[in-house]
Amino acid sequence: MKQLLILSGKGGTGKTTIASAFIKLSEAKAFADCDVDAPNLHLIMSQSQDYKRTDYFGLPKANINTDLCIQCDQCRQNCRFDAINVDNFYTVSDHACEGCGVCEVICPEGAISLKPAVAGDLMLYIDNAVFSTAKLRMGSGTSGMLVTEVKKQMKSYAVDTELAIIDGSPGIGCPVIASLSGVDMVLIVAEPSISGINDMERIINTAEKFKTKTAVCINKYDTNIENTEKIMAYCHRLNLPFIGKIPFDKKAVEAINNGLSIVDIDCIAGNETKKVFEATLNLLSED
Amino acid sequence: MVLSNKKIAVLSGKGGTGKTLVSVNLAASAKDAVYIDCDVEEPNGHLFLKPKDIESEPISIKIPSVDKSLCDGCRKCVDFCKFNALAYIYNRLIVFEEVCHSCGGCALFCPKNALSEKEKTIGEVQKGVSENVSVITGILNTGEASGTPIIKKLMNEASTLKEPTFIDCPPGSACIVMDSIKDADYCVLVAEPTLFGVHNLNMVYELVKLFNKPHGVILNKCLESENPAEKFCIEKGIKILGKIPFDNQLGILNSNAKVAVRENEEYKDIFSTLLQKITKEVLV
Repeated sequence: MKQLLILSGKGGTGKTTIASAFIKLSEAKAFADCDVDAPNLHLIMSQSQDYKRTDYFGLPKANINTDLCIQCDQCRQNCRFDAINVDNFYTVSDHACEGCGVCEVICPEGAISLKPAVAGDLMLYIDNAVFSTAKLRMGSGTSGMLVTEVKKQMKSYAVDTELAIIDGSPGIGCPVIASLSGVDMVLIVAEPSISGINDMERIINTAEKFKTKTAVCINKYDTNIENTEKIMAYCHRLNLPFIGKIPFDKKAVEAINNGLSIVDIDCIAGNETKKVFEATLNLLSED
Repeated sequence: MVLSNKKIAVLSGKGGTGKTLVSVNLAASAKDAVYIDCDVEEPNGHLFLKPKDIESEPISIKIPSVDKSLCDGCRKCVDFCKFNALAYIYNRLIVFEEVCHSCGGCALFCPKNALSEKEKTIGEVQKGVSENVSVITGILNTGEASGTPIIKKLMNEASTLKEPTFIDCPPGSACIVMDSIKDADYCVLVAEPTLFGVHNLNMVYELVKLFNKPHGVILNKCLESENPAEKFCIEKGIKILGKIPFDNQLGILNSNAKVAVRENEEYKDIFSTLLQKITKEVLV
């Protein structure tokens, strides 16, 4: 299975719009949404209402048995995450606790234990294709591990598939690093703004560390032609394949609001996306 | 009416919605203000505000360091580490710095005192001034997993400020967003007029409800067509603070990293009105 990951360094550039178009165009039999903080792909790609949901357990959280606690304060003093609150009793803040277990070991009375905690929901749609997605519960911090689960879930149900398309997570941190590992190619969607260029440079830098084949396209390129040219020059300088530009298109917003992908309707953005898709497939099949 | 030391957090559930546009322009509309960029993975506010006289401070975390002569290979640290940041291979203890959460447990519990902690730089905090705005930016180095230590530093900084402070939050509703809004007096939620926008708005709406924070919505990129985000606010009874139209001129100013209120009277009016409205809400 070849895995294509779509990244942008930041949300709002059109990752999901392009991912959903690619899925339609390739009739991909496997795809996944790795933006576990704010997944959107299911809004236009969910095939049926039926899906398999499983609890995702992140790292366990500490729990203090107040009957045994002698308020020696050792746990609070040694917690690096400020997760121990002292009121009348000693308690643990679930949002702050990272489950490291220092408090459990340090407690002289054995009053603290680590308890499993549900940190998110994994969803799997199996219809014409395998679609793996997830949603992190609010305030949970282990999104990288959940991203790994999303990819694992997709792979284990779609073993014989040629192409898998993965909608990446925004940023450059832990979830992005988890989405990057093991993919065959990254398509970066850039926006022609000064901040978009900044984000793009940071994500290229991150992808480079993984030595993954990388190509760049620009979305909404005509909103700032000058910056579009800057991005193209930048790619040229770095010897990164630049594989197309998609114009801003009000029809794209309409399509999404009707739960459709931009290649489902006749629009310029959709037509240009088709060209980007072909160029991507050509690159992906090269060794 | 002045905001004085109030903290206004700007959230969106997702990047690209206009958090930076809103927080930068609100800060620039105030008399004196502080702008804090908590989107440490992709800080962009400084590109607009172009602060001068920048001072940087490196931010580091503590990671374990092994004294091989003292380690007897008991593997207590390896067994303890919940993050699998340590391994004992070929008679040698190896530290995987990228996955270490800096809990300090391995050094604390090593029976031979073979582990100590050393500092590792993961990013920096930059401070500068842009006209009426003090700009504080957190930057995570590429390849580093978590910006939480940088956000904590930024929030400590914020707690000492006397000026109204606008916090540009990271996207999403994960733990780093919670850290960013914990001490906020008011939350401004920015929403796009799409189906995605509603879904993302709902996430941060749930978050501010959970934290019991007073809040209101700014509808960004408004087109003439139907606005699902506006409909959502009306249905849920969420206060709409104002609307920012989708227009090419604003788009061009924004994509060239210009502060709209410093370039154009029309936007100055829009954001001043928004600021007044927020001030009223905060001081109620």
